[in-house]
Amino acid sequence: MNAFGVTDLVVRYGRLTAVCGVSFTVPPGRIVSLIGGDGAGKTTTLRALAGVVAPAAGQVRSPGKAGIGYVPAGPGVYMDLTIEENLAFSGHAYGVPAAVLDRRIGALLAATALSPARRRLAGALSGGMRRKLALAMALIHEPRLLILDEATTGVDPVSRAELWRMIAGAAARGAAVVFATTYIEEAERAFHVVALERGRVLLKGSPEGIVASIPGRIREVRERPQGGIAYRRGQGFRLWDPKSGDEGIRPDLEDALVIAALKARERAA
Amino acid sequence: MTSPRGDRAVPTGTATQAAGDAGVAEARALTKRFGDVVAVDRVDLAVGAGEVVGLLGANGAGKTTLMRLLLGLMPVSGGWVALFGMAPSRATRRRVGYVPQGLGLYEDLTVAENLSFAAAAYGVPVVPPPDLGDVAETRVRDLPLGIRRRVAFAAALQHGPELLVLDEPTSGVDVVARSDLWDTIRTATERGAAAIVSTHHMDEASRCDRLVLMAAGRVVAEGTLDRIIGRERTVVVHAEEWTKVLEAVGSAGLSAALVGTTVRVHGAAPEAVHAVLERAGIDAALELVAPTLDEVFAGLVAGGWRPERGDDRR
Repeated sequence: MNAFGVTDLVVRYGRLTAVCGVSFTVPPGRIVSLIGGDGAGKTTTLRALAGVVAPAAGQVRSPGKAGIGYVPAGPGVYMDLTIEENLAFSGHAYGVPAAVLDRRIGALLAATALSPARRRLAGALSGGMRRKLALAMALIHEPRLLILDEATTGVDPVSRAELWRMIAGAAARGAAVVFATTYIEEAERAFHVVALERGRVLLKGSPEGIVASIPGRIREVRERPQGGIAYRRGQGFRLWDPKSGDEGIRPDLEDALVIAALKARERAA
Repeated sequence: MTSPRGDRAVPTGTATQAAGDAGVAEARALTKRFGDVVAVDRVDLAVGAGEVVGLLGANGAGKTTLMRLLLGLMPVSGGWVALFGMAPSRATRRRVGYVPQGLGLYEDLTVAENLSFAAAAYGVPVVPPPDLGDVAETRVRDLPLGIRRRVAFAAALQHGPELLVLDEPTSGVDVVARSDLWDTIRTATERGAAAIVSTHHMDEASRCDRLVLMAAGRVVAEGTLDRIIGRERTVVVHAEEWTKVLEAVGSAGLSAALVGTTVRVHGAAPEAVHAVLERAGIDAALELVAPTLDEVFAGLVAGGWRPERGDDRR
């Protein structure tokens, strides 16, 4: 059982260091999430893992191009081909034998509920349908490592549930899965979460482990706190008390990520 | 930011029947047809001062059309809509701050130029926010998304709008930026503005005071998050052999979602899940938890209209 992933990954674009010292492991049959905002280094990390950009330093463990399914951010489909043609093209590109290609296309059309639209141009599909097609194209060769860059962005809850069913199915068949997201609700579906900030790992672990790594409690206050690590949440504010034993509420994953990011920025300032 | 509300009398327009003080934005039996397609179907909605209402729905559910009707960007086919007690018009538009999904900024202009342009369009003095001082002379296209979103908020807020209409306002930003943008929304509503937030995501929906869920042009559920989740429960299956659980539950026609190595089953009784697992010879522990909004929403869309969910509307 080979685990994929990166160790001490550094990626530079000219003089800009986009990723600096990132390490994580994606075991077979497990789903790992990368969470962070715009510019955190999620896409660059995934591109390095997919072999699309070369690392300046560090190691990348991947099954090689033929074993990778990669859904990039953006459409990821050919707009002027039909659904069927997109799938066939992807199958040929990955060298899927003709004998199994038809069966795979049939199974993926069924799993995505795209069968009735199989002859429609990808350019005429809704955003949710297009994302399902992009995922199906990345699964056509049954990759050992599935890499998803914000695969569900802009997708409504119903299509999102279908995408997640397919992703879980790939993991159940033994694929190692890593995905990037900006949403906590998605990140916490993963077995292992890697939070990135400005190209570095902010926190990583299981969702429960990350929460447990933040000491103290949270106090909810109505008035804007002066000083301390505090942030808006709901109608009021949350103030972190790192020394509190049992006064206040336990942090959840969102609290943990906000607190860690605010602490890191305080240190940097 | 200054709020123009104060002790201004609520104007009574010509096209409205009611609209009390609570109704910053109000719709009754609002309907919009495009040919044979009913995009918005008899929607009732009321958004009061100081309130943040989240608008959720699948793509094509009618959210965007509803927002455009509220803004007065297209004529209604039936029912009525009122902003500040008046039919939507250029006069009501001046009192609305709108941040579209694409942000609506001029990418070739600097932050200061964008803010001046927006201020001039509303006929108000420009109010450069202190936290954008460092980037005032930077072109918008050279800024990271989190800061571009702050600029779009500043441009939409400087005329002190009484109603904010925000389309996926924190999409693509990090957790701290999301918290900061919501601080801006809450600061405006604490000063009496109302806000309508369209979103696909729980991270945003959970921050709203009240949610309106739409499907196929209709409101299918409305109320606080707790109210919408209600007494429904999701079954969480803990088992060593989670792949077998996923397969057994899936082939029994139940909805199964993988979270970590547990499998969540929504819309089925624990006894039914237990029976499926027993038949498959899987040793598992079951736990009952509150469903996520996504799970409730998928159930509502699959199960169609459920009138008992609409009984707490204003």
